[in-house]
Amino acid sequence: MSEHHHIAGVDAPLPLVAHGETYGSITENITATVIEKKTPKGVKITLTVTTVLLIVFIVAVWKLFSTGVGIWGNNNPVGWAFDITNFVWWIGIGHAGTLISAVLLLLHQHWRNAINRFAEAMTLFAVACAGMFPILHLGRPWLAYWLGPYPNTMSMWPNFRSPLVWDLFAISTYLTVSFMFWFVGLIPDLASMRDRAKKKWQKVIYGILAMGWRGSAHHWHRYELAYLLLGGLATPLVVSVHSVVSFDFAASVIPGWHATIFPPYFVAGAIYSGFAMVLSLVIPVRKMYHMEAYITDRHLDYMAKVMLATGLIVLYGYMTELFFAYYSGSEYEGFMMWNRITGPYWWSYAALILCNGVIPQFLWFKKVRSSTLILFLISIVVNVGMWLERFVIIVTSLHRDFLPASWGMFHPTVWDWATYAGTLGLFGCLMFLFLRVMPMISMFEIKHLLPWKGRRIGTSADAE
Amino acid sequence: MDEKQPLDIATIRQRLSGSNGQQYWRSLEQVAETEEFREFLHREFPREASVWEDGVSRRSFMKIMGASLSLAGLSACVKAPDEKIIPYVKQPEIMVPGRPLSFATAFTLGGYATGILATSNMGRPTKIEGNPDHPYSLGSTDAITQASLLTLYDPDRSQVVLNKGSISTWGKFLDAIQLPLEIQRSLKGSGLRILTETITSPTLGAQLKALLEMFPQAKWHQYEPVNLDEVREGSMMAFGENVQTHYHFDMADVVLSLDADFLGTGAAHVRHSRDFASRRRVEGRSALMNRLYVAESTPSITGGMADHRMRAKASHVESIARAVAAGLGIAGINAPSITDKQAKWVSAVVRDLQKHKGASIVVAGDGQPAVVHAIVHAINHALENNGETVTYTDSPEVSSVNQSESLQSLVKDMQSGSVDMLIMLGNNPVYDAPADLKFEEALSKVKLNVRLGLYEDETSAKCTWHIPESHYLEAWSDARAFDGTTTIMQPLIAPLYNTKSAHELLDELTGKSGRKGYEVITEYWKNQKLSLPFDEFWRTTLNNGVVADTVLPTKSVALQAATDAWKPSTTSDQGMELILRPDPNVWDGRFANNGWLQELPKPTTKLTWDNAAHISPATAEKLGVHNEDVVELKCDGSMVEAPVWISPGHPDDSMTLHLGYGRTHAGRVGSGVGVNAYLLRSSGSGCARQGLEVRKTGKQYTLACTQDHFSMEGREIVRQSTVETFLADPTFAQKLEHNPTPDQSLYPQHEYDGYAWGMTIDLNSCTGCSACVVACQSENNIPIVGKEQVHRGREMQWIRIDRYFEGSLDEPEMHTQPVTCMHCENAPCEVVCPVAATTHDSEGLNVMTYNRCVGTRYCANNCPYKVRRFNFLQFSDVETETYKMMRNPDVTVRNRGVMEKCTYCVQRISHARIDAKTEGRSIRDGEVTTACQSACPSQAITFGDINDEKSKVAKLKSDPRNYGLLAELNTKPRTSYLAKLKNPNPEIEHLEVG
Amino acid sequence: MSTQRPIYGLLAEFDAPEKILAAAELARDAGYKNMDAFTPFPMEELTDALGVKHSKLSLFVLCCGIAGGLTGFFLPYFASVYDYPLNIGGRPLNSWPHWIPIMFELTVLFAAIGAVVGMIFRNGLPRPVHPLFNVDRFELATRDKFFLCIEAIDPKFDRTETEKFLRGLNPSHCTVVDDVEK
Repeated sequence: MSEHHHIAGVDAPLPLVAHGETYGSITENITATVIEKKTPKGVKITLTVTTVLLIVFIVAVWKLFSTGVGIWGNNNPVGWAFDITNFVWWIGIGHAGTLISAVLLLLHQHWRNAINRFAEAMTLFAVACAGMFPILHLGRPWLAYWLGPYPNTMSMWPNFRSPLVWDLFAISTYLTVSFMFWFVGLIPDLASMRDRAKKKWQKVIYGILAMGWRGSAHHWHRYELAYLLLGGLATPLVVSVHSVVSFDFAASVIPGWHATIFPPYFVAGAIYSGFAMVLSLVIPVRKMYHMEAYITDRHLDYMAKVMLATGLIVLYGYMTELFFAYYSGSEYEGFMMWNRITGPYWWSYAALILCNGVIPQFLWFKKVRSSTLILFLISIVVNVGMWLERFVIIVTSLHRDFLPASWGMFHPTVWDWATYAGTLGLFGCLMFLFLRVMPMISMFEIKHLLPWKGRRIGTSADAE
Repeated sequence: MDEKQPLDIATIRQRLSGSNGQQYWRSLEQVAETEEFREFLHREFPREASVWEDGVSRRSFMKIMGASLSLAGLSACVKAPDEKIIPYVKQPEIMVPGRPLSFATAFTLGGYATGILATSNMGRPTKIEGNPDHPYSLGSTDAITQASLLTLYDPDRSQVVLNKGSISTWGKFLDAIQLPLEIQRSLKGSGLRILTETITSPTLGAQLKALLEMFPQAKWHQYEPVNLDEVREGSMMAFGENVQTHYHFDMADVVLSLDADFLGTGAAHVRHSRDFASRRRVEGRSALMNRLYVAESTPSITGGMADHRMRAKASHVESIARAVAAGLGIAGINAPSITDKQAKWVSAVVRDLQKHKGASIVVAGDGQPAVVHAIVHAINHALENNGETVTYTDSPEVSSVNQSESLQSLVKDMQSGSVDMLIMLGNNPVYDAPADLKFEEALSKVKLNVRLGLYEDETSAKCTWHIPESHYLEAWSDARAFDGTTTIMQPLIAPLYNTKSAHELLDELTGKSGRKGYEVITEYWKNQKLSLPFDEFWRTTLNNGVVADTVLPTKSVALQAATDAWKPSTTSDQGMELILRPDPNVWDGRFANNGWLQELPKPTTKLTWDNAAHISPATAEKLGVHNEDVVELKCDGSMVEAPVWISPGHPDDSMTLHLGYGRTHAGRVGSGVGVNAYLLRSSGSGCARQGLEVRKTGKQYTLACTQDHFSMEGREIVRQSTVETFLADPTFAQKLEHNPTPDQSLYPQHEYDGYAWGMTIDLNSCTGCSACVVACQSENNIPIVGKEQVHRGREMQWIRIDRYFEGSLDEPEMHTQPVTCMHCENAPCEVVCPVAATTHDSEGLNVMTYNRCVGTRYCANNCPYKVRRFNFLQFSDVETETYKMMRNPDVTVRNRGVMEKCTYCVQRISHARIDAKTEGRSIRDGEVTTACQSACPSQAITFGDINDEKSKVAKLKSDPRNYGLLAELNTKPRTSYLAKLKNPNPEIEHLEVG
Repeated sequence: MSTQRPIYGLLAEFDAPEKILAAAELARDAGYKNMDAFTPFPMEELTDALGVKHSKLSLFVLCCGIAGGLTGFFLPYFASVYDYPLNIGGRPLNSWPHWIPIMFELTVLFAAIGAVVGMIFRNGLPRPVHPLFNVDRFELATRDKFFLCIEAIDPKFDRTETEKFLRGLNPSHCTVVDDVEK
């Protein structure tokens, strides 16, 4: 309910919407970035950089398909390395969007309204990047569709016992639901775009996408209900997706993979990295597009707090791993942990603890949270840290498992890096193209936050 | 050929007319043998070359291919030899399509024969097995014999007659030598020299004899870089005559090896392994378990099997031999000065030997100086072993000579210019003659030199004429084994190229023109006194692979009194010592172009694709070098650079460098691999040289080792105990399980009521010789991947022989453990495969469906034994026609992106099942033998149906020593191990503790 | 404007949420049934004013969810027990614990699709052409203006009476919506 007072603008140093904004001005400003304003210089530069990376990606994939996964550093025993690391990293990032849309929706966190559109888009593109790695990492990627259950002349079915098949279901579900969430949220704004559009072709395109939305009260009623239901469905989904991803490891026998802590620990990590990525994107974007009025410092502050909280859970996860290693009394578990800390990949574990455990503790200080620059830097550090976490889990567990004679080392090749950087390019391109053609902030939800007299406290207005 | 030559169509046409359709040539360039084409080939077959190269160069190759007249079709039509060859008797004689036949023949190394059964699929030799009827195989083989198959199909093999490096023909060659031969006739052959390797072939012997009768003043020299000169001289010293010494390890309770790797090298090591293992096999009767003492320099698999191993510089082994002799009170031999520890060790050994008079063996290494062999003969006499565990016969060689001296005198003649015509049968002296002889220079002084060889190698390049030699599977011949047993070698296939055998070449020299090897051989044997009519003799002999009653009779020898020659040699052993040894894989270098052997991890070091300067950890510290540091080695004048490899158990102040590397004209696989140790070799000096200078260069060189980590980390992987503890507590192995295997499962278990295949591997008899690895590679069409890929950790061999060290870094105990797919009943790999590409069959085999595999590699990640192998790139060479002929038609050739692993040789099981079905019975125990099992010289591997409690494998699985690797994971492995036992001498144990 | 042309209804425009709320309530009290409000953002307050019926969407979504869950169980069951039974890692054919993740995911997937598709179709979307779009000012409904429309099919609807009534609510504009769909 305290939210309500802030909305009312009563003694709210950090309002969710800047003072003096009206329904009209909101539509004006947000649609203008797409319809009238020139693309800001910063965006142009970023787009060029990401496009170059995108080309790198295309080359890397061409090389991969023509020559084979041998171009990467993967080997026996390290069958998975950068490929699955990137997969898990991207999936993790893809968690912020739906979390913000769904969970915060159910928790009545109105501040989400300013960033959910943006975060959902990010989710979509992150999951798209993630979704490619399970295909890219195959020895025979052209047969990826064999993982799907469909009647075929071989009369074969996938092996439903395999966590990879669970992944297939989890990720495709997540992608579909995230997309629907994003699109449903867009419908009313697409209608606004249709009605604001100057050029005929713009009207046509936005018109088709808006499907003839009129803002009818009857429609709003079902719309709200459906949106709430989606939120209700997506909430367990967010939790499940990374749990299922974590099963890839937890369901195996390899020390360092076979751990019950994985599902919760992965989910926390996912939200952690998701919010980090939202911050890394939102901070520069809101500057480029001058959206400080809608994405206020208060939003950044909240996201920083979420990051701090999830970061602490992740740190707890690391502690638990150490404890398991000690308490289980299993020589393999014990050695695995010891090898992580002191083995040939010690640097990755050290860096991981530094990036994910130590540096984020600065977020306890209000000063840090209110300095966009430091916040931005910390968010980058956390992104790196979360990538390292997956690298540590995958590579250091595999490279030394049960029989010392089979131990080995993994050394990334230039193609490993190219593929990774390439997906960053793909992600960036999609993200900035989205900003160029779609309203980056959910207008109708922002309008919803504007106070108007006679609005009764205690109605679903708050409960929404 | 240095610079590009224009294609000479005439030459090509001529060459093709010369070939009778057996040439698998791919393009004009190849026929013309231009450098360019070799280049393209090199890029085209990256899988067989030492470095993987990608498709960019491949495209340019395709351009050439487009323009070339490729005769791929030819690979289909295989030409059987014109003569009748006799299949091995235990096989049906008619050729049933798809059903392989095997033929008895023999593989020779260093002149000595090992009887083999070569499997022929529709006329193509595809696999080599041991001949159970041959005393030096007994059904087993070693890695080199197995790999000799690849040489037959090696596309780099010499295919044409060369005259000064340019293409010529056999006919032209014959014309060219007529005049010189006439001249030699008139000179009684005073200018004619013949250089061969060690010859045991009766026919070839007879031919040489005939030749020398025709040219009375011609000389026949024999030389092989790895020879038995010291052994020979030793027996001369001891007995005044050259005798062959035979050791019967199956009858010895105590064995002392003085730097002898009798389980790993030498003409009789397969037999020795079998005999030795028969005394390590423990089935309750532990009294029969022998005890092995080894005092050696270079760590060997024999040292690994030792109950007590003492490291000593090669030059110190002599003093140990003397100490033992003195201990036994042999007249004329005084106790030398040895360290206190050594003295204690020796005295304990002596006491043990004395306790087992007549039931012990002392054996010296081939590389040890003659005097050591003489002393050892004296010791065996003193121990009354002669006639019991040690017997003597004449040498089976046609004419046993001191080969080093033989080569030296030849070179002297060549230098003096008194040699007009030199004929070399097989040797490669330009590469492997001791550097100080300057053979190459001498060769240039000879007007006409003719070289018969499998490859256009270093020597061919310097010869007037190079004649391509037929592979032993392509030619008729005969050879004798270590004990004289004679085998008539029959070809399985007509020569792939227009090649000649030594018999055919010599035949021409003796004026009989145009005869085929078959006629030469049959003529010889027709003239022998035969117990049977010739035709019958011929049939049965070819059937069985051995000529009846050709074993040499044992002879009694009289030990001479010790002379001055027996006095200690006054070689100063100051500074470093350099030990030169034959390489366990490529031997003296003749197998350098054999990819299987190059990629086979060496038994004790696990190195592939290179030789290295092996030194002890202490010496490495002293020199301040680490693995892969390049050091400069100087030995009076001559110098080479070699990368260092630290070998625990190596004696200090000593360095081992293996021969056979640093070839310049080996072929695409073997050229430029490793360092040439012959440059440091000097005639006269034995295997060890003193006064080696080592200098750090600061350079680095990458070595591809397949096992970086050699400690067991205190895990119960190889389980070992002593005979005493075993008797006290037979089930010690199972007790070592950390957390005992859970016996109940959440799930109901699958029942296997038909056959249930399983395997046991006896760690007590496994020597780690690696024969099984190559056997598996050959049976299952496993590709090689090249050094760079091995270095990345992508080797494909389905069997891994894990090697662990235990104890001190300087004098560790070595354990070897073959690891195949365990065929777990609760296979972790299967559950995680998303496309059900790996599943269990009704007989409990963990099978791979290659066609279904999409290559997630999840199964490999989840395999606790890490026995799955992934085709990260297109490793299988599917272009080379000859390799297509070599492949086992019963086994799929895997392509890029597919997972593979040990299948328990499922194709062999199917063959047996079909036979059983047609005969309306069930598969008999022992009817199915896996490739690794049949190759294993020490019979460590047993395979069969564990549901049939009468089967050998079922009995072994109920043995108290039986344990499952990582069984605590409840994977229920079908492959299990029999724990290793040692039979230590309490006295020595104490002094080791103290 | 001529009277013979068929009309869809009458549209009154207001410039603040509280105004349209008041207007809607008055219209309801005046006994109008077939009317609708158009606002740039959801105004739950309007639902009872306009007598919006409670949607059965939730029930539909529930059914979809159950269907998804059942598929998630019976697809693997059919595949690995009946259609192509294989001994995989010694696990039983019906290893149902392995199928729980699939059941869960399919439940969510089916339900979510049900929710979205259900909402869109029950709202009669997509509908690119609608009489209201003939009113030029109506495009402001997605920006900052609030519209109340009394439809011609309302039993109490009377071209002049209703217009008078609407103007009585003093809207900023009041227009006739032509029905051009026919």
